[in-house]
Amino acid sequence: MNKNLWYRCLPLIAVLSLASCQTMETVADVATVIGQGTGAISASQANSIRRTTKAVSRSAEDFTPEQEYYIGRSVGAVVLSKYKPHDILAVNQYVNVLGQTLAQASDLPQIFGGYHFLVLNSDDINAFATPSGLVFVTRGLLRCCRNEDDLAAVLAHEIGHIERRHGMAAIEKARITEALTTIAVEGAKTLGSREVAQLTRTFGGAIGDITNTMINKGYSRASEYEADGVAAALLRRVGYDPNGLLEMLTAMKRNLKPGGLDFAKTHPAPDDRIAELRKSGLGRTDVRPAAARQKRFQQILGRI
Amino acid sequence: MVMKKGTRRKTDRARYRGAGLILCVLLLLIADAWSAETRWNVQVREGQVRSAPSFLAKIVARTSYGEWVTPIQDQGAWKKVKTNAGVQGWMHVSALTTKNLALRAGTTNRRTSATGGEIALAGKGFSEDVEKQYKNLNRNLDYTWVDRTERFRVSPEEMQAFLKRGELAPAEGGAQ
Repeated sequence: MNKNLWYRCLPLIAVLSLASCQTMETVADVATVIGQGTGAISASQANSIRRTTKAVSRSAEDFTPEQEYYIGRSVGAVVLSKYKPHDILAVNQYVNVLGQTLAQASDLPQIFGGYHFLVLNSDDINAFATPSGLVFVTRGLLRCCRNEDDLAAVLAHEIGHIERRHGMAAIEKARITEALTTIAVEGAKTLGSREVAQLTRTFGGAIGDITNTMINKGYSRASEYEADGVAAALLRRVGYDPNGLLEMLTAMKRNLKPGGLDFAKTHPAPDDRIAELRKSGLGRTDVRPAAARQKRFQQILGRI
Repeated sequence: MVMKKGTRRKTDRARYRGAGLILCVLLLLIADAWSAETRWNVQVREGQVRSAPSFLAKIVARTSYGEWVTPIQDQGAWKKVKTNAGVQGWMHVSALTTKNLALRAGTTNRRTSATGGEIALAGKGFSEDVEKQYKNLNRNLDYTWVDRTERFRVSPEEMQAFLKRGELAPAEGGAQ
């Protein structure tokens, strides 16, 4: 590259370094076209600039909400290959009315396909939230809830994971670059069967990253505390007693079996979460919901 | 002498080109910033445009994923917008993004604002087609209950009745 070329490319580099990631791609694309047109850079150099700017600006945020939706659906299918649904309409309807009411009051009420809830027929104490807004809760976890406020705390915690995009963050960086490069660098060309096969492999990899984190490794402690924080705020906002979270965790502590493959494995100990919540002013485990609220809870979940 | 003159002309031309390039890129940045301020993209499958800034307000129009809307006014987490069809109403800000979804991968329903190249990009990425391929490779996965779960829908009126019957009083700005 001669001195003259450097000189001509300088403004381009300066502008690229100032621009935001998304703008950067658009600007890079157009600037490389201009650069190419004026003879400042060759076609292969232009392509290489395009590829580099795309690669450095990749993160999970670069997936569209629609792609997040399809990732979440398959994560849900994997969860449902390990757990069977609790196919009782009244139970699932109640959990959906409560869950969707909470979600609508959250900071992220609208997502591509909306929030939907399902009870799983298992004694394990477990819950999962997919990036597409599917929330699964086991019967074992519902048994840790003495009232609707406690149940609201469980669902609000899962909504917290969705709102803060913890699932998408579990996808490995290299995989994100791989996926978005296949999609974008191929540009306006029609994807051939080889690219579709490659994309499907990457898709499977991303599903694996998320389910492995959700089912086996668990999110970081920081993510769990963050979801608890979102839950406490959301409970207050809707009118539930945020101490329901503390009450539920206290019951969970009693019910969890040491060495279990559920929350015992993937979540910080209930005591640690309780200690963290106490720092934010929660302290009671004697939640007293209104009589009408307690009645409907007992009617539907009293013998779960 | 003649050679030197030629070189100087060449250098001048290079300078003009450089200046032209700066100008173009700056104009582009300004245009991009301007369009980000003046247009928003619908990022949910079905965007609802309501008569007032509340989930309880009547739906006056529906917008599809990837459609551009023009903001008119802000009120908390709500934006008053004008749709492509010219209808005015309120959308929750979480249903909108300044990102250009048409330039990114996805599927079908964003024909309204996309150019030829952008449409060619539609259908790329993790889409229904990729899900189908993934299903074929993983025969043990059953999507029946994923589909059924997605069909559990609760209307804002049901939510309101649920809150009332449960003697729940949302704080200011909540649930509405």
